[in-house]
Amino acid sequence: MKTPDFTASCPIPISQYPHVVLAHGGGGKLMHQLIGKMFLEAFRNPLLETKHDAAVMELTGNKIAFTTDSYVVRPLFFPGGDIGSMAVHGTVNDLAMAGARPLYLSSAFIIEEGLPMETLWRVVCSMRDAAKKCGVQIVTGDTKVVDKGKGDGVFINTAGVGIVEHEQKIAPQNVRAGDVVLVNGDVGRHGMAIMAVREGLEFESQIESDSAPVHEAVLDLLKAGIEIHCMRDLTRGGLTSALNEISEAADLTMLVEEKLIPVREDVHAACEMLGLDPFQVACEGRFAAFIPERDAGRTLEILRARPNGADACVIGRASGESPAKVLLKSAIGVQRILDMASGEQLPRIC
Amino acid sequence: MKFLDEYRDAGLAEQFARELHRVTTRPWKIMEVCGGQTHAIVKFGIDELLPKQIELIHGPGCPVCVTPLEMIDKALEIAARPNVVFTSFGDMLRVPGSSGTGILPVPGALRHERSCVSFADADRQDACPTMGSATDLLSVKANGGDVRIVYSPLDAVKLAEQNPAKEVVFFGVGFETTAPATAMAVYQAAQKKLGNFSMLISHVLVPSAIEALMSSPNCRVQGFLAAGHVCTVMGFEEYFPLAAKYRVPIVVTGFEPLDILQGVLMTVRQLESGRAEVENQYSRSVCREGNRPAQELIKKIFKVVPRKWRGIGEIPQSGLGLRAEFAAFDAEKKFGVAETRVEESSECMSGLVLQGQIKPHECPAFGVKCTPEHPLGAPMVSGEGACAAYYRYRRQPVKI
Repeated sequence: MKTPDFTASCPIPISQYPHVVLAHGGGGKLMHQLIGKMFLEAFRNPLLETKHDAAVMELTGNKIAFTTDSYVVRPLFFPGGDIGSMAVHGTVNDLAMAGARPLYLSSAFIIEEGLPMETLWRVVCSMRDAAKKCGVQIVTGDTKVVDKGKGDGVFINTAGVGIVEHEQKIAPQNVRAGDVVLVNGDVGRHGMAIMAVREGLEFESQIESDSAPVHEAVLDLLKAGIEIHCMRDLTRGGLTSALNEISEAADLTMLVEEKLIPVREDVHAACEMLGLDPFQVACEGRFAAFIPERDAGRTLEILRARPNGADACVIGRASGESPAKVLLKSAIGVQRILDMASGEQLPRIC
Repeated sequence: MKFLDEYRDAGLAEQFARELHRVTTRPWKIMEVCGGQTHAIVKFGIDELLPKQIELIHGPGCPVCVTPLEMIDKALEIAARPNVVFTSFGDMLRVPGSSGTGILPVPGALRHERSCVSFADADRQDACPTMGSATDLLSVKANGGDVRIVYSPLDAVKLAEQNPAKEVVFFGVGFETTAPATAMAVYQAAQKKLGNFSMLISHVLVPSAIEALMSSPNCRVQGFLAAGHVCTVMGFEEYFPLAAKYRVPIVVTGFEPLDILQGVLMTVRQLESGRAEVENQYSRSVCREGNRPAQELIKKIFKVVPRKWRGIGEIPQSGLGLRAEFAAFDAEKKFGVAETRVEESSECMSGLVLQGQIKPHECPAFGVKCTPEHPLGAPMVSGEGACAAYYRYRRQPVKI
């Protein structure tokens, strides 16, 4: 029987290159082998296969949405996701927040010398699967390798292009006093999943990241004719930062109720233990939507019908109270300011 | 969440509040000792449910806040040394040392490098708009120092075992609550004969702080909510002499909204009826004698020493230091960091805040020159610090 040249999992001959070496980013044969056998193979599509310096695409309509994001996460693989799927979901979700239909992504890898080739392949496969699930194509890319110790395994940047097929103005400035604020599910899960792995915290159940694409939920809302005034994904800084950003840009006060904001029990417990605020913890598949009250019922129906959307709910409303701020009605019924964290949340002493 | 939501019930909170309104006939000033309680009070808005006559004074029980500047400077100096892995609880990382607060050490005192490169000229048009001069452990880390957050001092011991060629230092701060874990780390390090592990210790004790506050002529406090977690370890026998000597009610209190409301109610009932007793609201965690094995461990490793408290000054018999037989684990000795004397910023009134003489927002620097991003004093840094709690939950937002 003929011994296959490549292992079943990784298309690069492991016997020769079990780890990424600097030459894999050097522009020579090794780099072309890596690109050809790994990236082209996994992301295969006609635009990428032109191997041109830039992908040339035809887009219908005259409005496009364009965004970019970089992904630096440690560990690279965590319960519920990995850096590859996150790099697709995150950029797809950014496009979705503009109400766009995501179509094309770029993918730039900055790889640390010495990264096991098998690890890179797992990341690439995860990106491939996530892109397929999201209905987007990875049409252009870049590969750089940096010296050992100058990276954290792999960093990924993805940019995304989507088309805007609706006539709505979705922007913070479009939020109106009286709009309801909704979230599409429980908050804080992604950040705590990462923290639990990173710090070796063990709980009875494993906390899984909420990393997921949300564009289909958004496109469903638009299709149903829901008037969406604004949306914001709850990534770094979590719900708190999103609400503060919209409040400031819209010059409106946001009043939300602690009791209405869904936080899973294990996430809540982990936050209590570490002295963190779940409302400040990052999510990767959650967004807040600002919608006229009359559309709230239908919006919830649509969001709850999506996978992982069962906990979608109204958490508060926008008001014209001046000066603009974010107020939280605490569990015991007293109002207080909900402020952004100063920097990274730091676990407290006791 | 089980065992938590029960203590955050709005209906029960209102019942407690109503009862407080019913029994309160005169103005009373009650100090919650612990920073965790201050945080809960401000976060949940508990004080807004109280009758106007009851004033809560925020005590000195935030370990980050009372750790003296000199100790922060020592931590920064040790952490910046090559071959050192400096480990700490998370919230000590952002506390600025003397050079970060614009305070200069007094002549002859130790200086450590400023963390920011000084290419930015303030007069230059294109000076970097986000460059500050904060010098804290995070900046030491950014400049290449190996500074790591740990959740337990025992993790630092593990690090020392895993990195025999490095010096692993743990910043041992906190009250009696964290002392058993710190003591256990020293104990384990001694058992394992780890020559590369040491601790920078700034442990403090609650009863001596209460004593110092009560004996001050400016003291306004008429009753205390004692810190539930400290008493979980230490029990509450040591509070009986204090309650008797100063004729103050002391109620051992937990940290959830209903705990605090009940603790206040128990204190007010004592005050209204002229009693001055030690009572235990937090009985689901605290018993009279406390956790004996933990106490024995503390006694085995530590001796009671005088300590300087930031904002209050030196209090006799108010801290813990390593016993002579564990002196090898004393980072101050090991690294030979010099004794320093640092003057606090004259603009920062955190000393008065920590003694309950003023409320955080009564300080002119509050929210203006002093914010969590640019703290002048430690109570603005830690999440449990009274100033940070007020800034975070109470201030009117300022456009940045």
